[in-house]
Parts: sequence; structure tokens; C-alpha cells
Amino acid sequence: MNENRTEVILRAEKLTKHFLTKKKQIVHALNEADLTLYKGETLAVVGESGCGKSTLGRTLIRLLPATSGKVLLNGQDITAMKEKEFRPLRRKMQMVFQDPYASLDPRMNVRDLIAEPLVTWHVTGTAAETNDKVLGLMEKVGLPGEFLTRYPHQFSGGQRQRIGIARAIALDPDILICDEPVSALDVSVQSQILNLLKRLRKEMRLTSIFIGHDLSVIHFIADRVCVMFLGTICEVAPKDELYSRPRHPYTEFLLDAIPQADPHRRTREKKLIKGEVPSPVHLPEGCCFQTRCPYADERCRSEKPALTERDGHSVACFHPLY
Amino acid sequence: MTEKYKKQETRDELLSEIGDYDGLKEKIIRMYRNNRLAAFSAALIILMILLAVFAPYIAPYKEAHQDLLMRLQPPSRAHLFGTDELGRDVFSRILYGARVSLVIGIFPSMISLLIGIFFGLIAGYFGGWIDYVIMRVADVMLSFPSLLLAMALMYTLGRYANSVLCIFGALSLVGWASVSRVVRSVTLSLKETEYVDAARSIGVGRPKIMLRHILPNCIPSLIVLYTLNVPSCILSESTLSFLGIGVQPPAASWGLMVNQSKQYLFTMPWLALAPCLTIMIVVLAFNFLGDGLRDALDPYLKKG
Repeated sequence: MNENRTEVILRAEKLTKHFLTKKKQIVHALNEADLTLYKGETLAVVGESGCGKSTLGRTLIRLLPATSGKVLLNGQDITAMKEKEFRPLRRKMQMVFQDPYASLDPRMNVRDLIAEPLVTWHVTGTAAETNDKVLGLMEKVGLPGEFLTRYPHQFSGGQRQRIGIARAIALDPDILICDEPVSALDVSVQSQILNLLKRLRKEMRLTSIFIGHDLSVIHFIADRVCVMFLGTICEVAPKDELYSRPRHPYTEFLLDAIPQADPHRRTREKKLIKGEVPSPVHLPEGCCFQTRCPYADERCRSEKPALTERDGHSVACFHPLY
Repeated sequence: MTEKYKKQETRDELLSEIGDYDGLKEKIIRMYRNNRLAAFSAALIILMILLAVFAPYIAPYKEAHQDLLMRLQPPSRAHLFGTDELGRDVFSRILYGARVSLVIGIFPSMISLLIGIFFGLIAGYFGGWIDYVIMRVADVMLSFPSLLLAMALMYTLGRYANSVLCIFGALSLVGWASVSRVVRSVTLSLKETEYVDAARSIGVGRPKIMLRHILPNCIPSLIVLYTLNVPSCILSESTLSFLGIGVQPPAASWGLMVNQSKQYLFTMPWLALAPCLTIMIVVLAFNFLGDGLRDALDPYLKKG
């Protein structure tokens, strides 16, 4: 949250991604998502498992082709481009992956892994230059230089994630998409990685999208938070605003689900969510949250609420809490 | 973190270390140290190749030299492995036969491996109709009895080239289908992995992804396939020769010798035993070498 929130760097317009199951049923993983990313901010995307957070992240950087809708990078529509035209733009958007055990090629050593983006884009010329840059990157993410010729399986999860981060920042990207970068790690290691990400963001002036499901992690790292449910964006708001005055009933349920350690602070009865998430194959008509929402009425069952903004706080609900 | 490498000296030391640390050469040297059997096998194969190349200088008799008075002799000092039904020296014929058999064992398997890798990677990675077309062609190749296909090829090509070259071409063309199936199946599972996604997000091109990320992970199964292919090629050649369309007598090849000695199997077993043992030793050597190579290239087994 800062003054230069005006400059839009990435915008998704009605971004939709469908998958086909084996039986040719349509899985609505992402439904007409509208999202704006301002330069320099960290936008967190939060939601329960299977709500389309990762699909959103992957569709934004074209790891998955969008079914419909647009993604605009600095005003340029990247969804309509050919792969050849788009490839140079990949440098500007890099991703840190969720599972540090799967995202590193087991047959490449640390040097080759971190050098891969540099070599691919001819950032460095000679081998010596590349080695030097790789060592610099390793230092930046807190990996000792003598690990240079080790292989991924010789590292712990946290160290592997550091390698992944070094790869992602090697090309000096504008946007860093972190797809649940700490959810596979121990809690003690999580904080190290989060601090590292925070430091890098500051040093390199990164704009980032942080996908996660841990609300305390997101409170620590985000400027703005976007809440998703069943492939639909429910609410987007600045962090403090969202945590103190959620407007969407689903957000309230999410916040209430955070366990409170101190018994004296457990003030009121927690609202706990009931029911199951509807299947993304057969989306309910109208609001996607209606089946679990205590406020749902006739209108919610027939009409889809649009994401509407008031004071920088958007919500897709006919009965906002505030 | 622990130590930071701010001093230029330490950095230079590190860099000089990696220069010669993890190249292919280093891996092969490691294999020698860790796996004596593989090293011995490699030496044996090299020795075999040298013997084949210098056969005319080493062999005590010419390959077609007949001595009808000395037919079907048991092994003796004059004839190390005895003589065959035309009085030819079996030892000399094995040396000369190595020229045909080694070439036919090693190279067609390699060519079919390369063709198979190429089509397998493309079919697996691109999928869709490309995959469909390539795999249906491979199915056709597999459903043909491979010997029959080789025979058909040899009859049509026999006029234009000599018979060894023909066997060569025929065996290369027959073997690729099974290789491409294996490569395709590995590619299909590997292209869904997150590290391939990661490479794509970095902007690595498709050919590079296939060659640097997918192919190296196919290597263990490819080495097994290759070592199985070598003996089957040697034996296919013998069958073709036996049917009269391979190597023509009086030229020698191991397979041909096994075939010709069949009728003396119970009366004069050394005739069959000598070429059989040679084939077995070569095949085992390839197997052990393959195992050693696979281990040397596997980062998980890397020692120290």
C-alpha cells in the first residue's frame, strides 16, 4: 500500500480457464477473474484447496493457455500472442513453484540449475561470467558457494526452495509469482523463506503475486489480498482492511477459521462454515458461494454478483457485511 | 546464512574446482574407480574391436582357408578352437567374424536408438495427431515380424548394396519402434513434472526442454534397451545369414558359425561352443558396461 498504486503492471480481464475431464466434462477452474496488479505491490491470493489459485497464477504467466479472457502485461495482451512473440516476455514474469522437490531437475546440479535462465537468455557470455553470476545469486538467496556442484536431492526443502528462488530472480523479472512457496516447508523454515522473499522484493523492487492458504503467512507478506472461492474472485482489498472488516461472508468464515492461541482473546463465538464445496464441474447457478452462505436468498440463487469496488475494496456479493 | 564468499580468492578457488569436477570425463573416471567390472568390460570390448580390426595380422589362417584333410578337428595347438566341416580354423573365423558381428551388433542398435529417441520425444512431447501418426507407424513396424521385414528390405535393396550394408539398414529400421515407445512413455510422464513447467516458465525452448530435461531422465531405460538390442542384432544377422540373405559363405560371422555348427552339436560341441561363448562374453560385457554407465550418470549414486 503506497502512493504509486496508480501504475498498473498486470491486469487480468474476465480470465477463464476450463479443463476437460476424461469424460469430457468441463471443470470450471477459473471463472471470469478480473484482477489488477499495481507496480511494486505484493498481492496475495488466498482460498481453500482446489479453488483455482494456482490455475490463476499459471494462467497469468501463460504456463496454461487461457480458455477465454485477457491478460495485459503493461497494456499488452499476452494471451493473444503467438508463443514466439511471447517468449521474450517470459523473462519479465518468473515463478517460484510450490513443491521444491518436484520443481528442480534431479539430474542437474545447482550450477546448471541456476545458470539455466542465464544461458537461455544469453545474459552472461563466457562460462566464467556465468559461474560468477551464479555464485552471486547463491549468495543473494543465502546458499553457501561450496554447494555449487551438488544435486537437488542433497538439499533440504528450504535450501531447494532457495535454489528455486535464485532461478526465478536470475533474470531480474518485473513480476514474481510465488505459488505457495512455503506450504511444503517446516514452519521454522517458512519464516526464513518469507523473510528472504520480503528482502528480495525490497532490494529488487519486485512486484509479486503470492499464492497461499495460510492467512498468517499472507498477513505477513501481502499488501493487498484477493480471496477466491470455487474459481471465482470474491473479494479484493488492502490487507488491514480485509482482515479487520471483511465484506464477503466467505472471507469472514476464513478469518474465523484462524485458531486463536490466547484463550483470553477468544471473544466471541466463531462462525464455522458448513457444507461442502460444490463441484467445479456443475457450478451452481448464481453466486458460487450460495450453497454455504447463511445470507443467501432468491437473488443469490439466480444472479451472479459482479465484483464491485468501493474505496479500493472490491467484493462480489449482494449482501456485503459492511 | 553460514559463510559468505566475499573474498575474491575463495570464489576463484571454487571456480577452478568446478572446471574439472563434473564433466563427462570426470564421470567416466568415477565409473572406473567405483565399478571395476564395468571398466573391465569396456577394456574387453575395446580389445575385441582391436582384434577384429587387426584380424588379418593376428589370425593364424585366412578366413576361407580350407584343409579338407583336417576336417572337424578337436581343439589342438595348431587349431586353437578346432576346425569346422570344411577344415577351416574356427579361431581365425571368429576373429574375422568379429568384424561383421561387432559392427552389426553395435551400430544398427545405435541408429535405431537415435531414430527411436527422435520420434519418441516428438510423439510424447507434442502429443495430439503427431503422437497418433508416429505411434501407429510404430505399431505397424512392431506388428511385422522383424525378420520378415528385414528380408523384404534386403531383397529390394540387395541389388544396390552389399549384403552387410543391407543387414545394417534393415536392422536399423526394424528396431526403432520399440525404442520410441519407451521414450514416448517416459516423455509423457516427465512432461507433466513441475521442473519441465519451471523450464517453460523460464523461457527454455521446446527442443532444449526435450534434450536437457526429458532425455537425460530416459537414459536408464535406454541403456537397458541398448544392451538387450546388441545381442538380438547379432542373432538376427545369423538368422538372415542362415536363410541365405545375410553374410554369404565363405565369409564368416558369429551367427553364421553358430548356425552351421548346429548339426554337430552333440558330436563336436566345440564348433558351436566357441562362437556361442564369444557372443555371450560380448553381450555380458555390454551389459556390465551399460550398468556402470547408468550408475555413473545417476546423480543419486554419486559418491563423495
